[in-house]
Amino acid sequence: MVTTTTRAGERRAVRAPVKPRPGRIERNRQWWGWVFLAPFAVVFLVLLVAPLAYAFWMSLRTSTLAAGESFTGLANYQRAFTDPLFLQGLGRVCLFVVVMVPIQLGVALLAALVLDTLTTRLSRFSRLMIFVPYAVPAMIGALMWGFLYSPRFGPATDLFGLVGATAPDFLAPGTVFGSLVNIVTWQWSGYYMIILYAALRGIDPSLYEAARIDGASGRQIALRIKVPMISAALVMVVVFSLIGTLQFFTEPSILRNVAAGSIPVHYTPNMYAHGLAFSYQQFNYAATISFALGVIVFAFSYLFLFLTRKRSGLNS
Amino acid sequence: MRTTQKSRRRAAGVAFTLGAAMVLAACTGGDDDGGNSSAASCTNTIKVEDAPVVTVWAWYPAMEQAVDLFNENNDDVQVCWTNAGQGGDAYQAFSTALEAGSGAPDVMMIEAEFLGQYTIRDALVDLAPLGAADLADEYTEGAWSDVTEGDAVYAIPVDGGPMGFLVRQDIFDEYGVAVPTTWEQFAAAAEQLKTAGYDGYIANFPPNWWAFFQAMAAQRGWAPFEYDSGSTEIGIDMATPEAVEVLSFWEDLVDRDLLATDEAFTADYNASLVDGTYASYVAAAWGPGYLAGLSDADADAVWRAVPLPQWEGQEPRQVNIGGSTFAVSEQADNPELAARVAMEIFGTEEAWQIGIEQAALFPLWRPVLESDDFANLEYPFFGGQQINKDVFLESAAGYEGFTTPPFLTYVYDQGTEQLTALVEGSTDAAGAMEAMQQSVTSYAESQGFTVVE
Repeated sequence: MVTTTTRAGERRAVRAPVKPRPGRIERNRQWWGWVFLAPFAVVFLVLLVAPLAYAFWMSLRTSTLAAGESFTGLANYQRAFTDPLFLQGLGRVCLFVVVMVPIQLGVALLAALVLDTLTTRLSRFSRLMIFVPYAVPAMIGALMWGFLYSPRFGPATDLFGLVGATAPDFLAPGTVFGSLVNIVTWQWSGYYMIILYAALRGIDPSLYEAARIDGASGRQIALRIKVPMISAALVMVVVFSLIGTLQFFTEPSILRNVAAGSIPVHYTPNMYAHGLAFSYQQFNYAATISFALGVIVFAFSYLFLFLTRKRSGLNS
Repeated sequence: MRTTQKSRRRAAGVAFTLGAAMVLAACTGGDDDGGNSSAASCTNTIKVEDAPVVTVWAWYPAMEQAVDLFNENNDDVQVCWTNAGQGGDAYQAFSTALEAGSGAPDVMMIEAEFLGQYTIRDALVDLAPLGAADLADEYTEGAWSDVTEGDAVYAIPVDGGPMGFLVRQDIFDEYGVAVPTTWEQFAAAAEQLKTAGYDGYIANFPPNWWAFFQAMAAQRGWAPFEYDSGSTEIGIDMATPEAVEVLSFWEDLVDRDLLATDEAFTADYNASLVDGTYASYVAAAWGPGYLAGLSDADADAVWRAVPLPQWEGQEPRQVNIGGSTFAVSEQADNPELAARVAMEIFGTEEAWQIGIEQAALFPLWRPVLESDDFANLEYPFFGGQQINKDVFLESAAGYEGFTTPPFLTYVYDQGTEQLTALVEGSTDAAGAMEAMQQSVTSYAESQGFTVVE
């Protein structure tokens, strides 16, 4: 799996060298390697590889209410990629990626840069406050926002009332997109901020001193030194955010309880797969949708990592 | 030094591996417990320890008392009851257990219109040979036909949902508007309430509750589906003039801002039902129980039940929403025992006393349904009105049934989309019905049915 390029790195042998008779210590090491690997390997095989293989097998079969189940090969995939509901959902999550990922990244980066320069007690407090939404389980967060968006229980009606305006309906078909972006940004920006902040703390401060002596302003230090130095962390954050958004599920599913009309069953590909399986009993087609989505998420992530390979530090 | 470190690491490694193995073992052990019908997972307490146990999933309001009563009266069988969620949630769990091949309860509460969704998958046991064939006379004709297919009996009827019209008499009186008895009067009253200065709405038109529209259209004679259980042919004719007419009626009131369009069964809707935002509630017989269970009700509210408005120039027609049954799943270890439980939980007058007084259910079991006690029962929520005698008994007697397809969940989800588009103004009644016809037809075809017009 891992191709170790021949450089100074392999003083410690990753795999046993192919020798007719490995030494006693070497054999011991191999044995221990397997022991250490075993718990992970078992969990990996039983909970990941086997279900994946089973899902793929399911996706090759078709079961209908009236005609029973049969092997249909790749027909389900053909159906999926011409299914307007799946493609709509896919388009929608792509739009979420375009809108949500930059916002999250921007908020997280700005917060991390500001917190990095502050050294007062306020900084520690704000850091905690920005992070707290992530500590709230996604489901609870979405439920809470459902109430905040409610015209009757939420604060919007009162707030807009103060200036004599009527509050918009946050859960109408046209506005629910923005409402979801808001929930996810609220929930995840703090988490990404912590990752970026940690990367910033890892930079040697003498660099800043050198920059300052060279006449760099605070803004220049931030944009020309700090941001490039944490580019690997930025790439990681984007990948997390990208994958999370393409698999968008929890928040719209919870909000669907109060806005079933604005968030149909097929709102995102993951919701569509869930609905197909558990509401309509189309387990085979649901497996196809899940698998197709998995391939797309993989392709997107791979493409992104490929495009940013110079920044991510993955090719060094 | 080196060796001690190494052995320490070794020991740690072994300890970790063992620990992980134990965690894994514990996990699988836990799964086993959840999988079989051991008494540990019951919501109720088993009264007779060594009797065989029948598992039941149901979400009736006073189910616990009914189960306790059954368990006290039976030494040779005990019920283990779980609330696996309401409606859709419970069906999701049930369907998944059926697909998985284990984990389904022995007896399952299923709404009558959803039975077809399970009989088509051979998920339910035919109860006729297990004693249910003799029960035909104990239920009303409509109720019995909903659970039978030829000679087969797939479920035991429990409660029904004949419709009535629940109104806030105080609001209608305050603004000097007469309570409507026809839909034409209903539209006029909506306008009158508005002009008289009432700042709520006469009623709510819930876009996420297709079953409501379905009942409203059925009242005008809409019968969109033709289907016999087990057949691969299905008739679908949704976009009929009656359906478009009824939907246009509601659309027009929505466009004139005379109706609220809140989604049903949300916190906002619940609050609006009881705080005077809606002046009426077009409801099924389980509606009074639903209303009475809501908190923060307006203490001065005066509720009255009146018959469902009718269409002028048409014979009065009665309709129904919901109502449920007990079915025996094909995973039942002992179908005979399970069938007995399905038949007997709500098969006694004592149990129905609980069902009526504490859960406000509308019984389909004739010994109770036709009793004077039930007809004369006074409901405190309605100021002592005898709502069964006044409204629901007649409504139930006139109900003729409604055929549903074996993929009703899909129809309801599509309906929510179309009704939402309608109240948002992005489609009209004719367009919505046409879209329903197309999507339901193509879904039926994708499920292997031959669609006949």
